[in-house]
Amino acid sequence: MPGILAIALAIALLAALIVTTGVGQLNVPPMQVLGTLLEPLGIHGLPLPDLETAQRGLWSIRFPRAAMSAIVGAALAVAGLLMQAIFGNPLAEPGVVGVSSGAAVGAGVCIVFGINAFGEWTVPAFAFVAGLGVSLVVYGLSRAEGRTEVVTLVLTGIAVNAVAGAAIALLTFLGDTQSREQIVFWQLGSLAGSRWSQVLICVVLLAGGMIAAYAVAHRLDLLALGERSARHLGVHVERLRLFTIVVVALLVGSAVAFAGIIAFVGLVIPHLMRMILGPAHLPLITASALGGALLLTLADLGARTLVPMADMPLGILTSLVGGPFFFWMLRRTRRTSGGWA
Amino acid sequence: MSAVPVCALHRASVIRSGSVLLDEVDLELHAGEVLAVLGPNGAGKSTLLGVLAGDITADSGEVEFAGRPLSAWSLGELSRRRGVLLQDNRTAFPFTVQEVVEMGRAPWRRTAKADEDADAVAWALEIADVTHLAGRRVPSLSGGERARAAFARVIAGRTGAVFLDEPTAALDIGHQEALLTRARELALDGAAVLVVLHDLNLAAAYADRVMLLQHGAVAAVGTADEVLTAANVSSVYRTPVEVIPHPVSGRGIIVPLR
Repeated sequence: MPGILAIALAIALLAALIVTTGVGQLNVPPMQVLGTLLEPLGIHGLPLPDLETAQRGLWSIRFPRAAMSAIVGAALAVAGLLMQAIFGNPLAEPGVVGVSSGAAVGAGVCIVFGINAFGEWTVPAFAFVAGLGVSLVVYGLSRAEGRTEVVTLVLTGIAVNAVAGAAIALLTFLGDTQSREQIVFWQLGSLAGSRWSQVLICVVLLAGGMIAAYAVAHRLDLLALGERSARHLGVHVERLRLFTIVVVALLVGSAVAFAGIIAFVGLVIPHLMRMILGPAHLPLITASALGGALLLTLADLGARTLVPMADMPLGILTSLVGGPFFFWMLRRTRRTSGGWA
Repeated sequence: MSAVPVCALHRASVIRSGSVLLDEVDLELHAGEVLAVLGPNGAGKSTLLGVLAGDITADSGEVEFAGRPLSAWSLGELSRRRGVLLQDNRTAFPFTVQEVVEMGRAPWRRTAKADEDADAVAWALEIADVTHLAGRRVPSLSGGERARAAFARVIAGRTGAVFLDEPTAALDIGHQEALLTRARELALDGAAVLVVLHDLNLAAAYADRVMLLQHGAVAAVGTADEVLTAANVSSVYRTPVEVIPHPVSGRGIIVPLR
């Protein structure tokens, strides 16, 4: 079952990437997109777009953007899955608990103060550090005896989001017109203007994060028994949690640094995959990564095409769908666990 | 009784926010015996189990496992030598009973004994009478079924020592007797079994020795006949009881004076 689902999702993702990159102000049929993609590999014979500029446009604008949407989607979904495992709560999600906005504050600081210490890596580095800080705070504040109650988690998220929101507002206030625009647009979440250099950074971080997630998958399963029982089975619970939090911050930081705040992907995708596959983490990591990639690829197509001649911020779209979904899950979790468990 | 106890406490005390939870407790648990820990609510039974399991660090005194200080053991080594069943058996995610029992084999991953996993899991499901529930998801089970699934998870580890915190609390009378019979059989096979119980008559029937705790200290320890006297129980539980002999077996039955 996990194998079949993974293959199906992978095929759907490839198809979605090829089809969606062809759609836009200039439409390119899927076969021509494929031809353009395979040509540098020395595979000819497939049709190419008639216009030389279309080919160049695909390579410089649409391909990196599509790659970015898939990578960011995968990173956010895996980050959500990992968070849910360490909080022992299916409602934990980087956007909900405020890690995303925390990372956004870090990135905003870079933009407003024009910090450029590590080149292209500067914004992700700041986003990572701020996201990590917020993760640790949330982790410290919202747990009791190894579990996090829904109400504590949600209230902590409200508080953290409020503070981070104020910090972002302050940065917007301090910044000049250009950085203001940049912050506002990117606070809404968007993949517009993705570059290959950014894709490369995110690929590296996603690969690292996923390898780390696979390495701890079995131990994350044991955490579901509760902190003490996991310890009795030989898990260094604190060490595992801290390690996982660092991985979450890396994944969220890389996504937020280049795509802004895109909420709820980490909530919706792991939940859907868990409904299909059950809660064991090893197959869930693969399925969530692929599912998140597919979802954001399709969502970004919507963002690019729903409003004619305009690029709608992606974060608006995911929150419009994800917000009600979160509400539904909140009601359901309350009901099934008999109160505010 | 064998020379080196499986685990031992020497004058172990636990003090939390000013109150004494465990007061200079001495305890020895030997291979092949069932030791029942009894006492009123708040007497320190779960604290005692927490100290033995390594969850709670004693503020003074010594805690030993197989002759070595508990702190000298790694979590991995310990997990292959003792299993712990807690009262709270909820799972954060809807794992199946089968998956939960397989988790009990986690300590043996990448060891030679990993070959026994399938065997041990099937055996544990059978022993705990949850084979028919193997495919069910834990949150859909009743409290008693969940407790049995957790018991299966603990014994699937096939450890030489088992600590059980009120394993019978949610069980019907049939499964109470069955579970403690299984615990006895584990002891017959050489395991050291420590079980926290509330039911004095169950303890008297299945334990080799019982320990009566009061205000964190040991009020009495010994065989059930020695410890569970009307005087001891009445004073520790602050409830008058009488011990009447069973009409056939002659063993004492503890009944509150009503």
